[in-house]
Order: sequence, then structure tokens, then C-alpha cells
Amino acid sequence: MQMAKHFSVKDKEAIRLLFSPLAQRCYSHGGKQETDEEFDARWVNYFNKADIDAWELRKGMNTLIGYDLVPEPKILDAALRACRGLDDLASAIRILEAVKDKSGPHKDIYPYLIQELRPTLDELGISTPEDLGMDKL
Amino acid sequence: MLTSRALVRGLKSGFWRPLSSTSSVQAAHVKVPQYNNRLDTPLSDVPFVRNLNSEQRQLKEKEKGPWTKLTKEEKIALYRLTHELTYPEMRRGSSEWKTVLGGVFIFLGFSGMLVWWQRIFVFGEVPHTLSDEWVEKQTQRMIDMRINPVGGFAYHWDYVKKQWK
Repeated sequence: MQMAKHFSVKDKEAIRLLFSPLAQRCYSHGGKQETDEEFDARWVNYFNKADIDAWELRKGMNTLIGYDLVPEPKILDAALRACRGLDDLASAIRILEAVKDKSGPHKDIYPYLIQELRPTLDELGISTPEDLGMDKL
Repeated sequence: MLTSRALVRGLKSGFWRPLSSTSSVQAAHVKVPQYNNRLDTPLSDVPFVRNLNSEQRQLKEKEKGPWTKLTKEEKIALYRLTHELTYPEMRRGSSEWKTVLGGVFIFLGFSGMLVWWQRIFVFGEVPHTLSDEWVEKQTQRMIDMRINPVGGFAYHWDYVKKQWK
């Protein structure tokens, strides 16, 4: 359940991009299929918005986790930078936890993501849940 | 009696009114954004800890600077301010099933005890027609009468060797 907020024109543009996936489902005919690159680009743009606010970050992240996929490192990179812009370390760590959980039984996805994100993690000073011992009970 | 004045008065004032007032209730108001631990919603609407003490406020100020300067404990503390449970903690099961199974067996056992008691103390003797002696004579009679000679009873008796096949 997300709070409503008042949208500026720029925000409305971002939200429109967010809510109009170009045929996420497979239709038998008609409906242009969005390619993986287009999907990734759309999401990277969403998180790269200069003045992204906390609500948009949360909404974007929760929506992205709702999809049946693990986001590409570049999307996560943009999301982590958005967290830095909002001074929100907890959300950054939470995002890493969420994508690890999202990989499910495919245990090799998360190490790959961390490997790709390592430069960003080091630059921004984001510790992984494993570094903080939060992946254990 | 049920509609006596005293009873009605008691019901009106004593029981229901405090239930509906929220002055002493700590439960979450469902009309405002709540915190929740959900695997599919990593970032909740509100942080877990809303009212920060001065220590926590200082930590939040430090968060605005470079995160490389934060110690591990501080990072964990920041995480715990915003989130109650980590993903492994959310996914952790409980041992409740053992309690449930144990309870089921206890009640089944208790029912079994009741059935056993009933067998001993309530039921009388079985009819005499189920005694070994009677059944023997009955079986012999059935063989003599050639009951079900094709596919059933007497079919299985060997009349030559005088024994079961």
C-alpha cells in the first residue's frame, strides 16, 4: 500500500514510463514487445532521475521486485546511487538482500551481481549483508 | 431477566465503549502508512523506528556524509532503524508444527483411550455365534452345503483330500 503524493509534471513523466510497460506479456498478435534492453534502459532512467524522491525510490524498487526477473546490475547500480542521493544506506542494503532473495534457487546470480556492483559498492561505501553478518540468523 | 435494566446498563457502559476507543490502544491505525516485513516489498512505506532518540538522530546525520566513514555496527544500526527483520529472519520458519503434531497425537491418543475404556467397561460379551466352537460347526455346515462352489467359499475346499486348497 503506497501513500498518494502530489505529482509535478516531471514526476508524471517518470510515473508514466513506470506504469506503461510496453507489452510485458506475450500477446499472440499486436502489441509491440519490449526488448530486454528497452526494459533495462527504462528502469535505469527511472532511478537515474536527478531529483528522485524517497517515495519514487520505494515505489520503483517494490515494483521491480514484483516482476518475475532479477534486475540487471546496471539497474541496481542506478538504484543504489539513488539511495546515496537520498542518504539512505538501509535501503541500499535492503535492495541487495532483496535481489539475493529474488534469485531463489539460482545461487550463482547474486555473487555475479555483487561482482558487477563491486566498484559501486566500494565507491559509495555500501557493505553487503554478508559483510555485516546479516545473511545469517 | 435478560432485558433487565441493570444488565442493559452494564452492557452499554462497561464492555463495548472502551473497546472502540483508541486512546489506550497501541495497535497500528490502518488508515496511515504502516511498516511491514514483506519479502515482495523490500522498502516499506515508513521506517520501522519513527521516533529517534538523540543518539539515533546523530547517526542519521552521519549517514548524510560518506558511508565509507561508517563502522559496521553503525551500518547495522541504520539498517535496524529502518527495517525490523532481515530477509533471512523473515524467511525463518518456526517449530510450531511440532507443537501442532504433538497436540494432534495427544488428542488422538486420548480418543483411543476412550475407545479402549468403552470396549472394556461398556460393551458386553460378543454373541455366542462368534465363538470358535460355533464357527467350526458353521464352517463345516457351509462346506457340506457347498456354499459358492464356483468362485467363492466351497471352491477353496478340496473335497477329495478333505482340506483347504
